Amino acid sequence: MIKPARVFGEVMRHLFKKPATCAYPFEKAKITERFRGRIDFDSPKCIGCQMCVRVCPAKAIEIKLSAEQPPAPVQAEGQPPVPAKRKFDCFMHLDHCVYCAQCVETCPKDALIMTQDFELAHTSRAALTRHYK
Amino acid sequence: MTSDSILPSLAYIIIFPGFLFLALYGLSLQWVDRKLCACFQNRMGPPWVQPLADFLKLLAKEVIVPDAADSKMFRLLPFFAMAAVMTAIVSIPVGAHALYSFQGDMVAVIYLLTIPTVTFFLAGWSSTSPYATVGAMRVMTQLFAYEVPLMLSIIGPAILAGSWNLTEISAFYAAKPLLIAAQLPGFLAAILALQGKLERMPFDIPHSKNEIVGGQFTEYSGRLLGFFYLAIDMELVVGAALLNAVFLGGSLGVTGWAAIPVFLLKTLFVTFLLALLKVLMARIRIEQMVNFCWKYLAPVAMFQILVDILLKYKLG
Amino acid sequence: MAKITIPFGPQHPALKEPENFMLVLEGEQISGSTINLGYNHRGMEKAAESRTYIQNLYLIERVCGICSHSHTTTYITNVEELAKAEVPQRALAIRTLIAELERVHSHLLWLGVAGYEMGFETLFMYTWRDREQVLDCLELLSGNRVHYSINTIGGVRRDVSAEQKAEVLKRIKFLEGRTQYYIKLALEEPTIAARTADVGRLPPEVALERGAVGPTARASGIARDVRKDEPYLLYDKLDFKLITHNTNDVFGRLVVRALELVESYKMINQVINNLPEGPISVKVPMKIAPGEAVNHYEAPRGEDIHYLKSNGTDKPERLKVRAPTMANLQSVSYMLEGGWLADVPLVIAAIDPCMSCTDRAAVWDQKKGKMAVYGWEELRKLGIEHYKHRGIDFSKL
Repeated sequence: MIKPARVFGEVMRHLFKKPATCAYPFEKAKITERFRGRIDFDSPKCIGCQMCVRVCPAKAIEIKLSAEQPPAPVQAEGQPPVPAKRKFDCFMHLDHCVYCAQCVETCPKDALIMTQDFELAHTSRAALTRHYK
Repeated sequence: MTSDSILPSLAYIIIFPGFLFLALYGLSLQWVDRKLCACFQNRMGPPWVQPLADFLKLLAKEVIVPDAADSKMFRLLPFFAMAAVMTAIVSIPVGAHALYSFQGDMVAVIYLLTIPTVTFFLAGWSSTSPYATVGAMRVMTQLFAYEVPLMLSIIGPAILAGSWNLTEISAFYAAKPLLIAAQLPGFLAAILALQGKLERMPFDIPHSKNEIVGGQFTEYSGRLLGFFYLAIDMELVVGAALLNAVFLGGSLGVTGWAAIPVFLLKTLFVTFLLALLKVLMARIRIEQMVNFCWKYLAPVAMFQILVDILLKYKLG
Repeated sequence: MAKITIPFGPQHPALKEPENFMLVLEGEQISGSTINLGYNHRGMEKAAESRTYIQNLYLIERVCGICSHSHTTTYITNVEELAKAEVPQRALAIRTLIAELERVHSHLLWLGVAGYEMGFETLFMYTWRDREQVLDCLELLSGNRVHYSINTIGGVRRDVSAEQKAEVLKRIKFLEGRTQYYIKLALEEPTIAARTADVGRLPPEVALERGAVGPTARASGIARDVRKDEPYLLYDKLDFKLITHNTNDVFGRLVVRALELVESYKMINQVINNLPEGPISVKVPMKIAPGEAVNHYEAPRGEDIHYLKSNGTDKPERLKVRAPTMANLQSVSYMLEGGWLADVPLVIAAIDPCMSCTDRAAVWDQKKGKMAVYGWEELRKLGIEHYKHRGIDFSKL
C-alpha cells in the first residue's frame, strides 16, 4: 500500500508543538542520580593505600603525602605512643579521567566520592588537574 | 535620459524591487523556510538573523580559486547568477504592476531564470574537481527534467488569460478569482518543478551532501559562495513571485502600497508549501527525478493546458 | 562515457568515521570499488596486554561507542570462563536488559542514519528524538548514556530498583508505539521504497560466501543469530523470534532492523517482569587462571567475536576482537558494484558500519615471519573443538 507524503499528518502535528530540544546552557540539563561525574576526594578518610591509583584505567589519579602533616596526638599516660595519622592529597587529572568511577568502588575507606558535576571543560590545561587537599 | 528619470530608475534597481529588497527578502524567506522545517521536525531552528550572519561571515572568508579552474570565469559566475535573477524581478509584478512589463515578458522571465542554473553548471564544470563535475552533470540533467513541466504548467494559465504579459495575467485572475481554482493541477506541478529548479530537498540531487559533498559548489568558498547562496535565495523570491503572478492572481486587485503586504503574504504561502515539500520526502535519484518529471509532472501540466483551452473555448 | 574515479572518504559527509572507498564511475553508475581500511587503527589489542583485567573493561568498552556493552560482555564472559566464576542470575538478567536496550538504541540510531543518507531528514530527526527515551533509560540504569560501564568481572555494578523498572517499562511502551509508526511509514512512503528497494543487492549465496553477519545476513534470508544459535546470558529463557527477510536489499535490512526493535521491546518486558532475586556480583580474584577462551555475542550490528589468552597473571597475554563490521565490509564492495553513485552512502550505511571497531593489524606469524592465513579445514577443526568443549558435537556434519 503506497501513500505519498505518508509523514504529512505527523509533520503538521509538530508545527504547533514545542521543540523537543533543550536550550542547554540556559536550561540546566537533567542528570540522573547514578551519573558518573567528577570524582571528589575526602582527605581525612584516605589511608594512602594507592588502590585507586593502581586500578585507574586512565592513570588519572595521584595520591601523595600532604606538605603539611597534622601533629601527632599527645601521648597518654602509660600508653604506647600513637603514630600521627598521615594526611594525603589527591591530584585528579580530569583530562585523563574516563569517568568510570571504578576508583570509587575500589576505595576501601570511601575517600573518593562520585559527584554529578559534568561541566568541566576549561581553556587551560593546568586547570584540569585538580588538587584536592 | 534626464536626471529626473535616472534617479527613480536607480532607486528601483538598487532598492525596490531590485537588489536590496530581493536580498533582504530572500534572506528572510530563507529564515522562514529553515524555521518552518525546524518546526515540522520538532527542532528549535535558527534565530532570525542567522541567514544574514551566515552571509556576512562568508563575505569575510578567504576566496580560494583552484589552480585548474578558469580564474576569470570562476570569479564572475556568482555575479552572473545574481544579475539574471535581479533582472527577472523587473518584469514580475511585485505590487499591482511590474516595473517594466511588455507583451511576452513571461518568456523572458523563464529564460532569465534558466541562466542561474546554467551558471551552476558552469561553476561545477570549471572547478574541474570530480565532485563538482558530477554535480555539474547532475545540474544539467535535472534542468532537462524540470524545465519543460515548469514551462508547460505556466503556459496553461497564460492561454486562458490570453496574454503573455505577467502583469496582465495576474490582473486577469484577480478579476476572475473563480478561475484560479481551475489552475490547481498546474499549480501543484509548478510547485514541484520550482522545488526542482531551486534544487531543494527532495530534489537537491546536484549538491546532495551525502553523495557528492558540495556538488557544483564544492570548490567555491568565501565571498563567491556567499553570492551564489544569495542568488539562490533571490531565486526563491522570484520563483514564488512568478507563481503568485501566474497562478494566484498577483495582488488580487489591491493597488498602491497596500499591494505589497498582499505580495508578501502570498509569497510566504508559496514558501510554506515549498518548506512542506522539503520535509515530506526522501531525496530521489537523478534518474528517478527525470522519470518523475516526464512521466507525471509533464502530463499533469499538459492536462492543465487542455483544461485551459477548453475553458477558453467555453468562455468565449 | 569516460570513467572517472571518485574518492569516497576518508573525509566525507556521509561517513562518520574515516574509511576510504575508491569508486570507479561510468556516468552515474559504479563499475568498480576498492575499500581501503586502516585510517583508524588505535592499537587497542596491544594496549589491552599492558592493562589489568579490570582496567581492560573500560578500554574494551571504548572499542565502539554504540556497542560498548556488547564488547565488554563478550570480553567479560571470556574472563569469567577462564576464572570459572559463577555469575549470579540477577547479574545475567541485568546484562541482558542492558544488551537489549543497547540494541534498541543502536537500531533507532541506524534508522535515523538511513533516513539521513537517503535524504529524508524528517525521519532522521524523529527517530533520534525518540531514541533519547532509550538513552534516558540507559542513563537511569547505569549512569551514562553511551559508556554504561555496568559490567564488572563477576557480575554487574549497579542493581535495578522497582522505580527504575516502572520508568523503563513506561518509556519502552512509548517507543513501541513510535516504532509501529515508523514501520508503517517505511512500508507506505513511496520515496523510501524508491530509494531502498533493489538497492545494494546481496543474494544469500554471496552473503554466505562473504561471511555477512547480523541484520545484513538476515536481510538476505539467512537465519543466523548467536542469540538463537548458541544462547548466552538469558536468551535461552526468553521468547523471541528470529527476524529474516528475503528481499536481499537495503529495504530488507530496514525491515529486519525495525522488526527486531519490536522483538527487543518484548524481551525487555520479559526480563524486567521476571528479574531473578539475589546478589548482583561475586568476587573474582585479580589474577586469572591461564587458558584460552573464545566467545561470540550478537551485537546490534552482527556477530562479535572475542578471543582471550591468559597466562595466569593479572593481565591478558592476548586479546583479539573481531567486530561485526569487519565481517560485513566484504559484502559492501559486492553491493556497490553496478549500483548508482547516489546509493553509495545508503549501501555503506546499511551494514551499520563502525570503522573504528574494525581497523586493526593483520595476523603475523612471528616464527615463520610472514602473514598467517587459516585455511578452511583448520578453521573447521577449531570450530568443532570449540563446540566439543561446550558439549556440542559438530564433527559429523
